[in-house]
Amino acid sequence: MPLEVLFGDALLHLDPSGAIYWPEQQLLAVADLHFEKGSSFAASAHRMLPPHDTTQTLADLGRAIDLYRPRRVICLGDSFHDRAAATRLSLGDLAEVQRLAANRDWVWIAGNHDPVLPDIVGGIAASSITVAGLTFRHDAADDGDPSPGNIVFGHFHPVALVSLAGRLLRRRCFLLGSQRLLMPAFGAYAGGLNILHPAICDLFPAGFRVLLSERGRLHPINVRHLRPDTDLSMSHKFPGP
Amino acid sequence: MLVAPTGGGKTLAGFLPSLNDLALRDRSAPADGFHTLYISPLKALTVDIARNLEAPIREMELGIRCEVRTGDTPQNRRQRQRRQPPEIMLTTPESLALLLSYAEAPKLFGKLRAIIIDELHAIADTKRGQLLSLGLARLARLAPHAGFIGLSATIPDPKEMAKYLSFRRNKVAIVRGLPGARPDISILLAERRVPWGGHMAQHAIGDIYRAVAAHGTTLVFVNTRAQAELIFQGLWRQNEENLPIALHHGSLSVDQRRKIEAAMAAGSLRAVVCTSSLDLGIDWGNVDLVIQVGAPKGSSRLLQRIGRANHRLDEPSRAILVPANRFELLECQAAMEAALAGELDGYPARPHCLDVLAQHILGTACSQPLWPDQLFGEITASYPYRQLSRQEFDDVFAYVAHGGYALRAYDRYHRLTQQQDGSYQIAAPVVARQYRMNVGTIVEAPMLRVKMRRGQVLGEVEEWFVQGLTPGDTFIFAGRLLRFEGIRAMAVECTAARQGDPKVPAYAGGRLPLTTGLAARVRALLADAGHHQSLPRDIREWLRLQRQQSRLPGAQGVVIESFPRGSREFLVAYCFEGRNAHQTLGMLLTRRMEKMGLKPLGFVASDYVLGIWGLRAPDKAQLEQLLAPDMLGDDLEEWLEESSMLRRSFRNVAVIAGLIERRHPGAEKSRKQVTFNADLIYDVLRKHEPGHILLRATHQDAAWNLADVGRLSDFLARIAGKVIFRRLSHVSPLAVPILLDIGRERIEGEAIDELLDAAARDLIAEATEGEGS
Repeated sequence: MPLEVLFGDALLHLDPSGAIYWPEQQLLAVADLHFEKGSSFAASAHRMLPPHDTTQTLADLGRAIDLYRPRRVICLGDSFHDRAAATRLSLGDLAEVQRLAANRDWVWIAGNHDPVLPDIVGGIAASSITVAGLTFRHDAADDGDPSPGNIVFGHFHPVALVSLAGRLLRRRCFLLGSQRLLMPAFGAYAGGLNILHPAICDLFPAGFRVLLSERGRLHPINVRHLRPDTDLSMSHKFPGP
Repeated sequence: MLVAPTGGGKTLAGFLPSLNDLALRDRSAPADGFHTLYISPLKALTVDIARNLEAPIREMELGIRCEVRTGDTPQNRRQRQRRQPPEIMLTTPESLALLLSYAEAPKLFGKLRAIIIDELHAIADTKRGQLLSLGLARLARLAPHAGFIGLSATIPDPKEMAKYLSFRRNKVAIVRGLPGARPDISILLAERRVPWGGHMAQHAIGDIYRAVAAHGTTLVFVNTRAQAELIFQGLWRQNEENLPIALHHGSLSVDQRRKIEAAMAAGSLRAVVCTSSLDLGIDWGNVDLVIQVGAPKGSSRLLQRIGRANHRLDEPSRAILVPANRFELLECQAAMEAALAGELDGYPARPHCLDVLAQHILGTACSQPLWPDQLFGEITASYPYRQLSRQEFDDVFAYVAHGGYALRAYDRYHRLTQQQDGSYQIAAPVVARQYRMNVGTIVEAPMLRVKMRRGQVLGEVEEWFVQGLTPGDTFIFAGRLLRFEGIRAMAVECTAARQGDPKVPAYAGGRLPLTTGLAARVRALLADAGHHQSLPRDIREWLRLQRQQSRLPGAQGVVIESFPRGSREFLVAYCFEGRNAHQTLGMLLTRRMEKMGLKPLGFVASDYVLGIWGLRAPDKAQLEQLLAPDMLGDDLEEWLEESSMLRRSFRNVAVIAGLIERRHPGAEKSRKQVTFNADLIYDVLRKHEPGHILLRATHQDAAWNLADVGRLSDFLARIAGKVIFRRLSHVSPLAVPILLDIGRERIEGEAIDELLDAAARDLIAEATEGEGS
């Protein structure tokens, strides 16, 4: 069940799968697909993680596309886990990418993992794209642009660690600030970074709303339930009482 | 195999043949391999044994080099040990696995004459024991002239245990030490009463203190770390004479533990409050008394703990049992009788584990090229793996070699590559490095150091415990009340808290379920009215009331009561199958009740009883349907799939089998990039490769570890057609303790037992209604 939020002037549907749908523009956005992350470890480190992560990610993406039938799809970078990832796609997965991209605009934003778009997958490459005043890009850092306006970005793989009645839950989440919307990673094997890590929470000096995905729904989480990870070498900012 | 009670001197006996042989050897010949290998489950024990051996070696001028190799041994010494092997090497199962993974293993071990395995009873039936057994099977081949010597405390079935040592399918000689004198055991009735509920035995602190004061040196054993902290605090509150009383449990820092052990060895302590952290290990001759707080859970375990007192075999060991509640009193009585009769019990043997096998195969490949046929023969010589099928072996081997995924998805990538001659080798040196970083079967919950703000390190706690804390929360640790300030640099920073109750309960840990043998004794004790004469007066009265108002559980079958209370319907089953089995039964029964429309709301399980509450009560026909043995089929599978148990098991299996890396503290800077989330992998694997070998291993693990399924199926078979159902108008006397357990899981602390007593008064009045008491 999607959750409707107003971001700037745009009415967006946040989907529990981690996608965003913008009805007015018939636009679907996903972040950090990390295709072939599993095989990249097998190829470079002899670590035989289960394959099929790309198949799974594509199945999830296909479900979102079937549901919303967007005219345009934007992938916010790090769609391919490494530069050779596209060459390792199975024929079935490659055909599925091409099937999904057929008859609609498909934009691959460049990320740090995939600065160059592999030429076999179709679609257009871009470093960022602005639609009706809303900028979609990989990272939040602005390249000298003093007034980027409202931006939607990924890159950080936000997860929230939540303590509820003595139970701990670690789940992917959206972070909604006044001018920034951080999307969760969509890829099946994409790990996560705790949103209390300064790399994330410093991006939202005026605070954020946390929308946590669990059992097919998005749940707003009060910041006092958030917990930091324990393995960070720097001290944490505990949200106020 | 040498079987003798603690304190029988069996460790040194195990070394005698080696010392004899080495004394007679030609000293001019250079040593080019180990002569004797000693393996102990405890690092501390290897150090202690080395010290004990060095004295006679020096005094007899035998010129034997005897060294320790564990995870604590510095790198340069470990390298030297591989270049110039000492004659006697003392090590742990993990360090042995590492040594076996080096190319020079055949040379190091080729001339071994003796392999001594200490504390065999404590390790044989664990995953660690299985890894050790695989390593020993390898040694049996590398070291054809080595004999195996197993050392064990007294165990119920030495013949069965001896098979663990039979790697060459030969007979194992069993040498039994003389039994010690019969122990002198009594049960403490503090203030001449036994509380209805509670587990902390706070009512008995005064009597425990007086017992400590009246004896020279006392070991106070408890079952959980939380109990250890509370009993320790309680004793110090009473300690007007300032007796040196110390605390020892697995979460305290190593330094602190060693200090306490040294003080104990020097005879400068009057008492140590400890958990199973002192079950094994260094012998102290000077313990006069063992106090067991809480029920002992098994007669073997009780005997081993009692054996820690008075290490002279010809004098009786003195022990006092302190039950914390009424059911524990019954268990203490049964355990005391079993111990006096010398009856031993244990937990059933564990089926072979495939994740451990995967680790061993990789380790073997790191050492030298391997041939699968030969390796299969070697592995099935290990007793835990005697029933391993060739198919299972091939599946695990395929997993190690290339992941073992359908359609050979990774046909370009390998961990092991096949050579022209048919043998397999590791694909790259990095594979060996990965193996060595991740060796071992103990996957601990990540631990964080607990530090005072000034810098003193007190010990470690589980990460999940800390993540439940908010700055300002107070909790008890290492015998102190601490205030949580925050997490800095991988450490939990605390300050001393002022007086008051801890806000957060001390964390649990180390609970063992009641053994089947002891459970049968408790049932027999309840069933035999003549036997009740040996029980204290208020317990006799309790059981008399139960017989009058409902029914006493018998030696066979099961008694189940149902009664309304408030707006709820309660169902109480007296199963006596241990907490784990009850927990599983509770999950399964509530699922079935849900489907029947009985609207169950929750359940609580103790070692003795299962209590379920809900909105409607089942009738007799429904109850029989609920307990039908087919419960363990589809329902169990369904529940396992839904619960988080499988995820947790998968995480452990994936680490042991080398799919994902262990978390190494301090080396986690770019964790987002490096480590994989086991849950994500589990989801993908389950969807796309449901038959994968690691998922099979996960199911076996979950069923064994967390659900005690075997015991439950025996129970269902035992009670078939023998369910005695009583519909009552109100709570029965025997049901009071379990009702008191409802909702107390989260409150623990010094005030709880009183708090519970207040809550108990209502219930007890209700249960004993019409008795005028």
